[in-house]
Amino acid sequence: MKTILKNVKIFNSDKTEIYITDGKFSESFDESSADEVIDGKGNMVFPGLVDMHVHLREPGYEYRETIATGTAAAARGGFTAVCSMPNTFPVCDNAAVVQGILKKAQEAGNCRVYPIGAATKDIEDTCLAEIGLMKEAGIVAVSDDGKPIPTAGMMRKVLEYASDFDIPVLNHCEEKSLGEGAMNEGIVSTSIGIRGCSTAAEDIMIARDIILAEYLGVPVHICHVSTKGGVRMIRDAKARGVKVTCETCPHYFTLTDSACENYDTNFKMHPPLRTEEHRLAIIEGIKDGTIDCIVTDHAPHHQDEKEVEFSHANNGIVGLESSFALSYTYLVKTGVIGLDRLMDLMCYNPSKILKLGRGGMAVGDDADLTVMDLDNEFVFEKDKMLTKGRNTPFDGWKLYGETMLTIMGGKKTYEKLC
Amino acid sequence: MGLKSKDLLGMKQLTPEEIMEILDTAKTMKLVISSANKKTSHLQGKSVVTLFYENSTRTRLSFELASKYMGSASANISATGSSVAKGESLLDTARTIDSMGTDIIIMRHPQSGAPHSIANKLNASIVNAGDGMNEHPTQALLDMLTMYERFDTFEGKNIAICGDVYHSRVVRSNAIGLAKLGAHVSVYGPRTMMPIGIENMGVRVATSVADCVKDADAVMGLRVQLERQKSSLFPSVAEYSKFYAITPEMLALAKPDAFLMHPGPCNHGVELPTAVYDCDQSVINEQVTNGVAVRMAVLYLLMARRNNL
Repeated sequence: MKTILKNVKIFNSDKTEIYITDGKFSESFDESSADEVIDGKGNMVFPGLVDMHVHLREPGYEYRETIATGTAAAARGGFTAVCSMPNTFPVCDNAAVVQGILKKAQEAGNCRVYPIGAATKDIEDTCLAEIGLMKEAGIVAVSDDGKPIPTAGMMRKVLEYASDFDIPVLNHCEEKSLGEGAMNEGIVSTSIGIRGCSTAAEDIMIARDIILAEYLGVPVHICHVSTKGGVRMIRDAKARGVKVTCETCPHYFTLTDSACENYDTNFKMHPPLRTEEHRLAIIEGIKDGTIDCIVTDHAPHHQDEKEVEFSHANNGIVGLESSFALSYTYLVKTGVIGLDRLMDLMCYNPSKILKLGRGGMAVGDDADLTVMDLDNEFVFEKDKMLTKGRNTPFDGWKLYGETMLTIMGGKKTYEKLC
Repeated sequence: MGLKSKDLLGMKQLTPEEIMEILDTAKTMKLVISSANKKTSHLQGKSVVTLFYENSTRTRLSFELASKYMGSASANISATGSSVAKGESLLDTARTIDSMGTDIIIMRHPQSGAPHSIANKLNASIVNAGDGMNEHPTQALLDMLTMYERFDTFEGKNIAICGDVYHSRVVRSNAIGLAKLGAHVSVYGPRTMMPIGIENMGVRVATSVADCVKDADAVMGLRVQLERQKSSLFPSVAEYSKFYAITPEMLALAKPDAFLMHPGPCNHGVELPTAVYDCDQSVINEQVTNGVAVRMAVLYLLMARRNNL
C-alpha cells in the first residue's frame, strides 16, 4: 500500500510531499506507483498528536462513550495516540482489563490506545494494584485519576513500587479534607451559593507529591494543573532537579469560574475553572516550559448526568475534538508560543514522559500524522462531534486549526468530508 | 406594570424599579390580609403549584395562602410522597407539573441553581422559594417591606446581619437587594461561616457583633443552619451564644429606633436569646405577615406580566 500526500506544508520541514509505504514514512516514489494520492490543499502536516489523559469509559460506561467512539473523536481531533484512564467498571487494575481495552482499540482501529492502570486496587487506596502484571499486559503508567491518592503513605508506596517497573505515576491532586465543592472557591462561588473547592486543596497535594518525589528520587507527573501555586511549585522543583512533570488542559487557559454563573454544568469539572489570575499563570507556565503537556481530560457524560442540579452534575467535559484548535487559537495565534512548543506540548513531551516512541516523521517511522487548516476560521459545533458526549463548553466558538485529515499507521482515520 | 422576566429566580435578576413595584404592591396587598373578607380575584382562573424539596413552614404556607387569597387553584407537592421519592429527576418532575397547565411553580430546592436550570425549559413561571445557599428572593423582599414600612428610603440606611453567612441564602438575597436600593449592609459571623469574597458582594465585613450592629437602623439575626453543616464550624452552642449572638447589650449599640429581624425559624438561646426575640424592638412576627403580602404581590405581578403579553 503506497500513499502520497502532496501539496502540503510540513511541520519542521521544507518538503511539500509525504510518502507512505506499508504504514511507514518512506523515501519518495513515482506517483504512478501510488495506490492513493491525497491533495493536502496547502494545509499543514503535523506528527500525530498524543493525549496522555482521556477517559474512554469502556468497559462499563458504554452509554457515555465506547473505545470505538472515543477513538473516532480522537482521530477527528488529530490524535493518533491516547492514554486511557483506569476509572472504568470494572476498574482497569488487572491484566485482563488491560488486554480487553487493547483488543477493542485494535478492532476499532481509529487511534493507538495506551492504557493507564490503576495505582491501587479498585481505586480504593487500600492496597497496590498489580502494576508489574499490568505492565506486561501493556500499561504505560499508573494513576487513580478522578480520585487523588489521599494519603502520603500510600502515595509513597505507589511511587516506590512503580519505580521498580519503571512505570510513571500520574496523580490527580486535591486534598479532599478541605471540602468537596462543585466549583472554584471564590467570589463567584460565594455569589451563586455553590460550595467551592479551594486552590489550596490542589496546591497542598502538589506540594506533597513534589516532596515525596524529591525525597525518594523518583519521577512524578501532576495531572491537569489549574492553579498559580501549582505552577510556581513545579517550576521551583524542576529548577532544583526534582523529576516532576505536569500537564494542563485547554479549558484552564481559555475559561474562568465566571462561566459558572448561570449554573451551566458544561463548565463543571475537577479541578474546577479558576479565576483570571490562575488562568494567566497557566499560560505563563506553558510559555516558560514549566507545563510539559496539554491534555484534554476528555470526560464524556450522558445528558442525564449533566442536565441536573449543578451540584449533582457529574464532573468533566469532552475535549478531544477541540483541544488542538483551542491550543492553536489561544496560544499560537496569540503569540504566546510557537508551533515548535505546541508540538512539544501535544506530541513529543507526553510521548517522552510515557516512553511511547511517538512523534517521529523520519523514513521508517510509523506513518502517524494529522493535517490542519491553520488559515481558515471555523465554528466548533457540538452536534458534529464524534464522541458520544455532548458536554462541551465550546459549542459555537470560532476557532482556527480544524483537522482536515488524520492518518495512523498509514491508514486514514479521519477525513473531513466536503 | 408587572415583572420583566417570566420567572423570579433571585434579587440578582430584579431592577431597583421592579423591587419598588413589588414593595408598593405588597403594601396594598397587606390591606387584604387584614380585612374581614380575604378574597381578591387577582389570580382567578390561574393555577399555582408549590414544589418543595426541603422542609418549610412559613414560606410554603404563606405562598399557599397568598395564592388562595387571590383566588387561584393551588396545589402542593413534596419530595416525599411524590415520584421524586421514586427517583424522578427534577426536570422530569417540573415538566410533569408544567404539562398540567400550571401557571406558576413555586420551588424550593437544596441545590443552588436548581430553579435556574429548569426555568427556561418550562412554560410556567418559576418562583424561587429558596435554592441551596444561593438566594431566597421573597424572604429578602419581605424583609425589605418590613424596613420600607419604617423607612421612607433605603438610601444610606445601615443594615446589620449577624450569624451563619456562609450557608445563608437570606443574606445573599438581602445583600443584593439592599445594595440595589442604596442601603449599607454589614455582615458578621464566625470566620468559619464567612464565605470567601463576600466583601465583593457590596457588603462590609465587620470585625465583631458590636462593630456590625453599631449605629444600625435595622439588625437581622440569622439561623444557625445545623442541617447544612457537614462539619463543625463552631465548637459549642455555649461559645457561639457568648461571642456571636445578638444580646440585649449588642442591640443597644444600634440606633435607638432600630428594630430586630430574624427570618425564622429561630434557635432560641443560640443566635438570639429569647429575651431579645420577644423584645419591643422585635418585628419578627410582622415579618411573617409581610411574607404573605409580598408573595401576593410577586404572584400578581408575574401574572400581570403574562396578561400584558
